Amino acid sequence: MYQYDQYDQAMVDARVEEFRDQAQRRLDGKLTEDQFKPLRLMNGLYLQLHAYMLRVAIPYGTLNSRQMTALGDIADKYDRGYGHFTTRQNLQYNWIKLEDAADILADLSKVEMHAIQTSGNCIRNISSDHFAGAAHDELIDPRPYAELLRQWSSFHPEFTYLPRKFKIAVIAAETDRAAMRLHDIGIQIVKNDAGEIGASFYVGGGMGRTPMIAPQIREFVPLDQLVTYAEACLRVYNRYGRRDNKYKARIKILVHEMGAEEYTRQVEEEFAHLLEQGVEPPLAELERIKPFFADPAFEDGPKSVDRSDPDFALWVDRNTVRHKHDSYVSAVISLKPVGGIPGDATGDQMRLMAKLAKQYSFDELRVMHTQNIVLPHVKIADLHALWTELEAADLGAPNLDTIEDIIACPGLDYCALANARSIPLAQRISENFAKNGRTEELGQLKLKISGCINACGHHHAGHIGILGVDKKGTENYQLSLGGSEAEDVSLAKITGPGFDEDGVIKAVETVTDVYLEAREDGERFLDTYRRIGMTPFKEALYD
Amino acid sequence: MTDLGTSPDEVQFRFRDDEPADHGTVTVDACCDQTNATAVRIEPGDDARVLLPFLDRLALVEVNFPSFGDGRGYSAARILREAGYDGELRAVGDVLIDQLSHMRRCGFDAFAPDKPLDEGDARRALEGFGNVYQSAADARKTIQELRHE
Ligand code: HEM
Ligand code: SF4
Repeated sequence: MYQYDQYDQAMVDARVEEFRDQAQRRLDGKLTEDQFKPLRLMNGLYLQLHAYMLRVAIPYGTLNSRQMTALGDIADKYDRGYGHFTTRQNLQYNWIKLEDAADILADLSKVEMHAIQTSGNCIRNISSDHFAGAAHDELIDPRPYAELLRQWSSFHPEFTYLPRKFKIAVIAAETDRAAMRLHDIGIQIVKNDAGEIGASFYVGGGMGRTPMIAPQIREFVPLDQLVTYAEACLRVYNRYGRRDNKYKARIKILVHEMGAEEYTRQVEEEFAHLLEQGVEPPLAELERIKPFFADPAFEDGPKSVDRSDPDFALWVDRNTVRHKHDSYVSAVISLKPVGGIPGDATGDQMRLMAKLAKQYSFDELRVMHTQNIVLPHVKIADLHALWTELEAADLGAPNLDTIEDIIACPGLDYCALANARSIPLAQRISENFAKNGRTEELGQLKLKISGCINACGHHHAGHIGILGVDKKGTENYQLSLGGSEAEDVSLAKITGPGFDEDGVIKAVETVTDVYLEAREDGERFLDTYRRIGMTPFKEALYD
Repeated sequence: MTDLGTSPDEVQFRFRDDEPADHGTVTVDACCDQTNATAVRIEPGDDARVLLPFLDRLALVEVNFPSFGDGRGYSAARILREAGYDGELRAVGDVLIDQLSHMRRCGFDAFAPDKPLDEGDARRALEGFGNVYQSAADARKTIQELRHE
């Protein structure tokens, strides 16, 4: 895992001091709330419905046990004993006092963490494949490239007041586990015909009110030009992205209105110019970063488990994923207990996960965009011991990628922008399916809920998506089908008129009935939908 | 010549040794039309690159920030410096403490904020960050360069 050197640490420490100074100036009345707002946002501090929310960056979703322990301690010391893991592979604290914010940032900096650029119109925390370095199907670990971009994007002097927020994802496998093409820039590390490693650039994806899938604008950028190319993409956006309407300010709108071809032409022109300017960091930096992500010392061991305990066998089947070393798996700790709040973990649970990571996973954890936690490298021989401890802490739900593994945004329980509640709906749906026993039969089914059009809960990318809308002052939910954030990326389509809370829960059951009725061998819900189309679902819902 | 009414005495911070230009600035359009203009003001929507043919005769470029949140001026500044402009590059308008260090990095060497800034706060802001992660218009070595010296 990447470790700060004195330069990285000094940057974060300086930022904590800067924020203390800013907060003080705000308290002294030297800054208006309008002037303070972008500064606190640049440090991850939002004002929500009931309190301040602090968003902590977890670069490319990777953290160690010391960091996870610190997150748990902060939850206990400054929040109400829990935190919320988000679709951005970050952590949010929902009940923060402004007076405490600088102290929390100081606590974070002691474990090489921060909240820098987790909000505001800047380049946000960079996300990546949660199985990076462990996946059997990856070309190479994508995280050194993500780290290179993390450094480049931190405190970028030109791109701190962009038209709108900017999100970058980096992957290095054909299987997309990071919703790469739904980011402002998606980068896939690839190998060209000559056998060289480079980067494919996809620009202009996103969700929100106008969801778009990013088109590829460059098939291959050589590794020693990666940062320069990103800089060119950003400069064209900074200069020409719309600033007259914040709903049209994302890069996806620029690429769409300008046309991908014209945008690409301008980027290429800027790129040619920037190559002359020497903005690329020395290639030696990438070589310095890489060893931090070297494989740990894997050992050969048993390749199968004792399946005599059916609960354990079920968990192994559902929550462990093939590893590049055949004596290991990646184990997913579900933060979706039936009836629980998706993505929430208590301070105690965080400390336990930290301990287990240290004991069983070479001191490493990952945050998934599906709001679960991964122990990336677990010996198959250790699985039973691991599962036993998880079960005891209510962390053993065997439901990865099932209909109980719901993504939900904070919604009306926390968020000032919400139209409707997301969390209670997720709770009721998971309870419903746990009760009717269909979860297993339904197989992979990604259900995603957002409390408003901003789509923080990825509803556009759900096999089943639910969107909270405001209908004459009452909460109402729109249902959509057929989305995917993966390599078969697609945007979900709305079924028709919306439902009330009970109605939408019933509607989810109805569409799963249609699927079970119509599916052919081995088809997932999504496959069946793609084959038979919307009509049968509509008929079942509305006729 | 359209005098936009700025005068050098509004400049609060200047990091140059030469004499400030003491004439009013013209718009980018006017600058392109007039062969004698030596000072120009860039608005956020202007394309800084149209000035490139005239850089030799310019002694002052003002970049206006009507609102601090509109960051187009940062790109304008870097583009001018990348093209070799070495006259005064002045940030005017809604220029606040917390933008100073980024502006310096993008090539601004004079600041004329709408509201004068606290001198101590400004000094701290400019000194706050010892090192930088990316190369920009200043000559500072990046952290990556320092690591691999
Ligand atoms: C509670 C405070 C939050 C506020 C005020 C908020 C605000 C917003 C807004 C305004 C957008 C739309 C941006 C656009 O379309 O230009 C958005 C998108 C998004 N937010 Fe949030 N959000 C919040 C919480 C979250 C949480 C908890 C997550 C992670 C679970 C999250 C992740 C995302 C994602 C993934 C998107 C859509 C992707 C995209 O940027 O296109 N947000 N958010
Ligand atoms: S989708 Fe809407 S309701 Fe949900 S967190 Fe985002 S802004 Fe809030």
